[in-house]
Amino acid sequence: MNLKKFLIIIAAGLTLTACASGTKKSGKMQGDVYTGSATIEYLATGVADRVFFASNKSTLTTAARDILRKQAAWMRKKKDLTFTIEGHADERGTREYNLALGERRANAAKDYLMTYGISGSRLSVISYGKERPVNSGSTPLAWSQNRRSVTVKAN
Amino acid sequence: MKKILLIIFYLFAFNNSLYAIVEVDITRGNLDPLPIAVSPLYIEPGSEDITQNGKIIKNIGEEIAKVIEKNFKRSGLFNPLKKESFVQNPDVAHIKPRFEDWRLIKAQALVTGKVTISEDKLRAEFRLWDVVAAKEMVALAFSTTPDNWRRVAHIISDKIYQRLTGEEGYFDTRIIYVSETGEKTQRVKKLAIMDQDGANIKYLTLGNELVLTPRFSPKNQLVTYLSYFKNLPRVYLLDIETGVQEVVGDFPGMTFAPRFSPNGEKIIMSFAKDGNSDIYTMNLKDRVVEKITDHTSIDTSPSYSPDGKYICFNSDRSGLQQIYVMRSDGSQVKRITFGKGLYGTPVWSPRGDLIAFTKVHKGKFFIGVMRPDGSGERLLTENFYQEAPSWSPNGRVLVFYRETKTDSDGKGFSTKLWSIDLTGYNERLIKTETDGSDPSWSSLLSK
Repeated sequence: MNLKKFLIIIAAGLTLTACASGTKKSGKMQGDVYTGSATIEYLATGVADRVFFASNKSTLTTAARDILRKQAAWMRKKKDLTFTIEGHADERGTREYNLALGERRANAAKDYLMTYGISGSRLSVISYGKERPVNSGSTPLAWSQNRRSVTVKAN
Repeated sequence: MKKILLIIFYLFAFNNSLYAIVEVDITRGNLDPLPIAVSPLYIEPGSEDITQNGKIIKNIGEEIAKVIEKNFKRSGLFNPLKKESFVQNPDVAHIKPRFEDWRLIKAQALVTGKVTISEDKLRAEFRLWDVVAAKEMVALAFSTTPDNWRRVAHIISDKIYQRLTGEEGYFDTRIIYVSETGEKTQRVKKLAIMDQDGANIKYLTLGNELVLTPRFSPKNQLVTYLSYFKNLPRVYLLDIETGVQEVVGDFPGMTFAPRFSPNGEKIIMSFAKDGNSDIYTMNLKDRVVEKITDHTSIDTSPSYSPDGKYICFNSDRSGLQQIYVMRSDGSQVKRITFGKGLYGTPVWSPRGDLIAFTKVHKGKFFIGVMRPDGSGERLLTENFYQEAPSWSPNGRVLVFYRETKTDSDGKGFSTKLWSIDLTGYNERLIKTETDGSDPSWSSLLSK
C-alpha cells in the first residue's frame, strides 16, 4: 500500500517538476520551495521544517522530498522525539475542502517520512485547512507559502 | 428557548379576500417593491412600560413598527413609506382606516396594530389592509412575555409576507455564525448567534479553541459544528438552550463538515484518515455510524435533500472539486457539475428544487444555484472570495460570507456576512459587531 502510494508520488512529482522547471519563479521561490529566511524555522541546523505544495495538490515535489529525507535522517538520530505534521491550505479554496486537503498534504509528508524508516507511531497529523496562514497577503507568493506541511516537535 | 416562546395565536378575524388586488410576485427580481405603510402600533392606555437592558422603551408600538419596516426593506420586496407622511393617527387607523388618506401617500398596503402590556404579558394585534381595494386582508393577535417584543415584530412580518407573497416568511428566525477577531494569521473564532436582522447577538464559546462551520438542526435548538478542542478537530453537538456540548462519535481522526439530516435525527459529516476523506452518518439516538462513501478521493461538504432520500456533496474524484448527488445509502453516485471551474459546498434548498453552491473560476468566487440534476446553473454573485451559502427556511434567500483581499502586509482583511435573493437581486450586508463567517440559518422558530 505504502510502496504503491510512494511510486505514485514519485511519478507525480516527476511530472510536476517537469512543468515547474519551464517557468522561472521570481524572488525567493526555488521550484515550489520558499527559501527566504523569514518563514524558515529549523528543526535542527540545516533542516527546514516545512514543505510546499502546488494549488489543490498534495503530491510532494522533488524539493519537498529532499527536505523530508533530511528530516527523516535527523529524526532517526532523535529516537525519543515525536512529531505532529500540520497540513495547511491557501485561502483560495472552500473551507471544508481545504480541511480535507490539509489532511491529505500532512499525510503525504507522513507517508514519505515513514518510507524513510520513521515509525508511524511517532508521527501524528493535524489539518488546519486555510485557518492558519503564515503569510497574510492575498498574493500568489503568499498563497504558495501557505500551501504547506510543517513538521513540529510534539514532545 | 421553547419555554419562553409560548406565543398564543388568536385568529380573531380572517377575511378570505378573494378579490385582493395587492400581491407581491417573488419569483422574479423585484425592481418595483410594494409601497407599504406600517403605522406605529397603538398602545392601549394604562399599559406597563417595557424595560430592556435597564432602560425603558419609550414607545413600544413605534419600535415594533420599526423592526417590521426594516424586515420589509431588507427583503427587497416592500418599500416602507416614511412615517412623516402618515395622516391618520394609529388608534383610529387600526379601527377603520380612511383609505383615501393612505392612497394619497401611494400606499398599496397598510399595517395597523395595537399593543397591550399588563401583568408581565404583552398582547399585540395587527391588521393588514389592502388600500387599493379598501379591505382587510388579515388580522391576528399574539400574547407573549414583554421581553419577546422583537419576536412579535418578526412574527407579524412573517404573517404579512405570507399573506402578500403566498409563501412562508423567514423573519422569525436566527442565524448562527462564527465571530472572528484578530490578525489574519491568528484569528480568534467564537460561535455566535443572532436574530435574522442582526439583533440580539450572543456568543456561545469563549474563543479558546478554533471553531468552524456551525449548522442548525432543522427541527430543534441543536447545533453541530467543528471544534479544535484540545487540538483534536472533531464534530460537536451543542444544545443552545442548555449549553451542553458533546463530541459526535468516536473517530480516530478529524471529523468535519457536519450537517443534520432533515428530520434532525442524524448527523452527516466527513471523516479524514490517512489522507482520505469519506462521508459518514451518525444516528443521534442509537449512535450507529454508517460509512456512506468509499473512495480514495476527498469526499466532503455533504447535504441532504429535504425528503432525506438524496445527498449532495463535493468530491475531487474526477481530479478537481466537483458536485455529486447520490442516494442517501451512498448508491447511484452521479456527477452533476460539468461547467468550467471548481464547484463546492453544495446545499440543498429546503424547498427541494435547487442546490446552492460555491464556484471557483478564473480566480473569482461565485455563489450560484442549479437544479438537483445540474441543469439551469445561475450565478448570483461574483467576488474575490465568498462561499458557504445557507438557505432561509422558505428557500428564497441565501446567506453566505465574503472575505476581502489583503495587501502584502496582510492589511485590509475582513470577513462579513451577506445575503442575496434567489433572483440575484437585493444583495445586502448583515451588520455584526465583529467580523463573521460560516453563517447557518435556522428554521422558523414559531412553527
